[in-house]
Amino acid sequence: MLSYIVRRLFYAIPILIGVNLLTFTLFFVVNTPDDMARMQLGIKYVTPEAIEKWKVERGYDKPLLFNSEVEKLEKLTNTIFFEKSISMFVFEFGRSDDGRDIAREIKSRMMPSLAIALPVFVLGLLVYITFALLIVFFRATYIDFWGVVICVALMSISSLFYIIVGQFLVSKLWHWVPISGYGTGLDATKFLLLPVLIGVISSAGSHIRWYRTIFLEEMNKEYVRTARAKGLSERIVLFRHVLKNALIPILTGAVVVVPLLFLGSLLVESFFGIPGLGSYTIDAINSQDFAIVRAMVFLGSMLYIVGLILTDISYTLVDPRIRLT
Amino acid sequence: MKFLLIKFWLLIVTTVQLTACGENNWNNPYAASETGENILYSVFTERPKHLDPVQSYSSNEIQFTAQIYEPPLQYHYLKRPFVLIPATAEEMPIVKYFDAEGIQLSDEAHSNDIVYSVYEISIKPEIFYQPHPAFVMDEQDNWLYHALNEQTLASIFKLSDFAYTDTRELEAEDYVYQVKRLAHPRLHSPIYGLMADYIVGLKEYAAALKNAELNLPEGEKYLDLRKHRLEGVQVIDKYTYRIKIHGKYPQFLYWLAMPFFAPIPWEADRFYSQLGLMQKNITLDWYPVGTGPYMLTENDPNLRMVLEKNPNFHDEYYPTKGMLGDDESGLLKDAGKKLPFIDKVIYTREKESIPRWNKFMQGYYDASGIGSDSFDQAVQLVGQGEATVTEEMEEQGIRLETTVAVSTYYMGFNMLDPVVGGRNERERESARKLRQAISIAVDYEEFISIFANGRGIPAQSPISPGIVGYRDGREGINSIVYDWIGGQPQRKSIQTAKALLAEAGYPNGIDRKTGAPLILYFDVTARSSEDRSKLDWMRKQFQKLNIQLVVRSTDYNRFQDKIRKGNAQIFEWGWNADYPDPENFLFLLYGPQRKVGNSGENAVNYDNTEYNQLFEQMKNMENGPERQLIIDRMVEILRYDAPWLWGYHPKDYGLYHSWYQNVKPNRISNNNIKYFKIDANLREAKRREWNEPVFWPIALIPIILMISFVPAVGAFRRHESSTAVRKA
Repeated sequence: MLSYIVRRLFYAIPILIGVNLLTFTLFFVVNTPDDMARMQLGIKYVTPEAIEKWKVERGYDKPLLFNSEVEKLEKLTNTIFFEKSISMFVFEFGRSDDGRDIAREIKSRMMPSLAIALPVFVLGLLVYITFALLIVFFRATYIDFWGVVICVALMSISSLFYIIVGQFLVSKLWHWVPISGYGTGLDATKFLLLPVLIGVISSAGSHIRWYRTIFLEEMNKEYVRTARAKGLSERIVLFRHVLKNALIPILTGAVVVVPLLFLGSLLVESFFGIPGLGSYTIDAINSQDFAIVRAMVFLGSMLYIVGLILTDISYTLVDPRIRLT
Repeated sequence: MKFLLIKFWLLIVTTVQLTACGENNWNNPYAASETGENILYSVFTERPKHLDPVQSYSSNEIQFTAQIYEPPLQYHYLKRPFVLIPATAEEMPIVKYFDAEGIQLSDEAHSNDIVYSVYEISIKPEIFYQPHPAFVMDEQDNWLYHALNEQTLASIFKLSDFAYTDTRELEAEDYVYQVKRLAHPRLHSPIYGLMADYIVGLKEYAAALKNAELNLPEGEKYLDLRKHRLEGVQVIDKYTYRIKIHGKYPQFLYWLAMPFFAPIPWEADRFYSQLGLMQKNITLDWYPVGTGPYMLTENDPNLRMVLEKNPNFHDEYYPTKGMLGDDESGLLKDAGKKLPFIDKVIYTREKESIPRWNKFMQGYYDASGIGSDSFDQAVQLVGQGEATVTEEMEEQGIRLETTVAVSTYYMGFNMLDPVVGGRNERERESARKLRQAISIAVDYEEFISIFANGRGIPAQSPISPGIVGYRDGREGINSIVYDWIGGQPQRKSIQTAKALLAEAGYPNGIDRKTGAPLILYFDVTARSSEDRSKLDWMRKQFQKLNIQLVVRSTDYNRFQDKIRKGNAQIFEWGWNADYPDPENFLFLLYGPQRKVGNSGENAVNYDNTEYNQLFEQMKNMENGPERQLIIDRMVEILRYDAPWLWGYHPKDYGLYHSWYQNVKPNRISNNNIKYFKIDANLREAKRREWNEPVFWPIALIPIILMISFVPAVGAFRRHESSTAVRKA
């Protein structure tokens, strides 16, 4: 298995270079280094000299991808792309355009993002599995029918709607929790309740339906028939046998997103004033801060690759028939 | 099982109710320890980029720096038009004029004869900086924190982690140090380019500093500006300094009221230049050091920024005189009292308007602006279009404060464009008439009413109300666009516009030469769906003249690029004044300030010789009838040439809770928090009253669940107990 993991990690290098190149190209198609400088220096009294000075200080005065004015390998290395990308592979994200250390910012913003994403993930998994099992348990009753109808309805509504309605009902009308904000330690709980609840509900429709399908598929298998033939109650069949076997696809599907929990949610963080990595990324895009955008995309790609490797490993843990070679 | 669930739910409900009897409302976003404290709660939407006074310029930055740093001058809080008064200065600066030989000239000397102006500023003694680690010395008189080692740095993550702080008295040297910082090679002062044209030797100084920085020992980041002399600034004694500028520049006094000219102690610059601190984001750009009424004690631009009263703040008192009506509106109730009134200001980052508005309505923010989506809920128009708060707001004790911003929004015609600007005399004449016709056709009164909820006044020239040179009433109207009828301006008829259009060579919108319909291009930045109606409205305005308006939408970067290169034809733009002087508006149309070729602020590239000459004459004059005459002539030229479609001056509407006092809003002076006052007890009582938790939904949840599940459980049991084969 070790050789498999090492091989996958090596495969990751060209993927990360590709992602980096794509981000770089897309970013600089829309924003030139001059635009970035103007965005940082403000609108009033910006002179061409100030723009040039800003670019030189941050290394944006060089050609983007190919430097024809130098010799040999420097044609590729003495460029913005090379200089800005190479440090990422040793996790040196550098400084944002306003001079702040990006690694330090990421570190401090990771916890608020995780404070929402982790409870949403764990609670969500519990709630979705429970409800999916419940619907399967009551299959062929009106609960099954209305359960599916409600799931489809939940899937059809934008997550922004959940946020606005949630804030209106829970915070504005009933005065249960603060509308937005964030605290540290235990104080954070009152700020997290509503975003977590909304996070769970907004994804409920699709997840419950998916898990229901998985459970129903299991229900038709022969070992279920055998269990029933043995005289086991439906409850025992469902919770002791079906649940255990259905967990394989559920678990492997869940593992892939675990590393991405660190990256936070763009919309929820923005509306609830959570100082996480989601809002950090949005701010960077709005202020055309390439250093942050590049770092966040790199981090996202890397965590996704880690997630995929973890998924492969989790297959071997839950299904003994699978071997990684 | 069922009873167990009910018992559990009852326990939750009881616990919840008991908690509700506690000190705080459940939805209170602030710590319980802050209850009843003398704190002002405010918001910020965008994280500030710079808090170093030499770099910060945006309004979202200056709202912090203006409370912390003290330039020598400030604006009188209550007087209008705006009046400069001393802040840390003993009195207003003494200005002396000199000719090329260094001979002093009289105050009445003609500006052409003046080669240098020298501003002598004396500051008050006994002004001390806020407590700060940069000032701490050990028993051997060595700086304790100026050469931090790895061990000390290991336990430092923010400024408050330093165990000791100290202060020192403000000196004239600190102001001189800051002027030198305008040219610092590592700093980007937005006004460096402008000031390099005025402050004697600043340009050369920047080059010298660049050189000096290259020669710094490896690893050394501190560039000691005290060792490098700048010709244009001079320390006279501990409390006096001089600034020497080229020529006569009366507006320089306004710059002396901005944080760009606030003092920076060299100790702070030395302290923050340590690499170890920079790596931890502890820099002067993020942790200001000032003498002002407040100091930044918490700096988390992602979440909240906290200003606390500076314990070393010098004696300053609330003004005893104001304008007519200030006394009646309670603005002089605290006359003569020591400032500041508020102990702490908590700014919370709130990016979205919905939570921001709702928290204001719940009493968790003390003031709020009014978005277009909440305008109808907040404001109603009574009598002759007078704006007031709605009944709902009035019941909550919320009041509305309005002021005309020293800003202008206009539609610009690119004068380099052959159609709307003209390339030769004949084309220019035709283009002028075309612009005049459009000026009449586009009904900005309607625009303000529909799209700005009435928050604005139609502009008659670039100069906004409240600024010297602005004329009101009949003599203030733009006679090209308006007639004075029945004691008020009335827009000229569309027939007048059509006649002008025909004179321009486009009868009924058809080009006389080619016979083709006249098509004009409107360059805008990428628009949201709500802006589409504005563009439709604009098309209809041009349609009145049978002109087809083609909207060219692009992103902001490309749009700016078009303006810089002179590739746009018609576009929208705006300007917020830096200081209350007509020069700061009229320079926007001064020829040498044009964008194309000169990278100036004249976005339409207007260049009129007479106007340019008058501008040069006017900008150096003191306010008075002579200056007013020149301004009138300049405005007349502009109205005739119509390089802008004058647009409107926006009105600022702000909502304030009843406990928020001493508010006289304006956009020019920013150091106003020291005058504000909060009735914390009233706020607490109102918050409790408005935010009582509602319990019935908690009880409803288990009831709904039971109603849903009981029949299903029954059905399931029946299904489970039934036999596989039914008896016949």
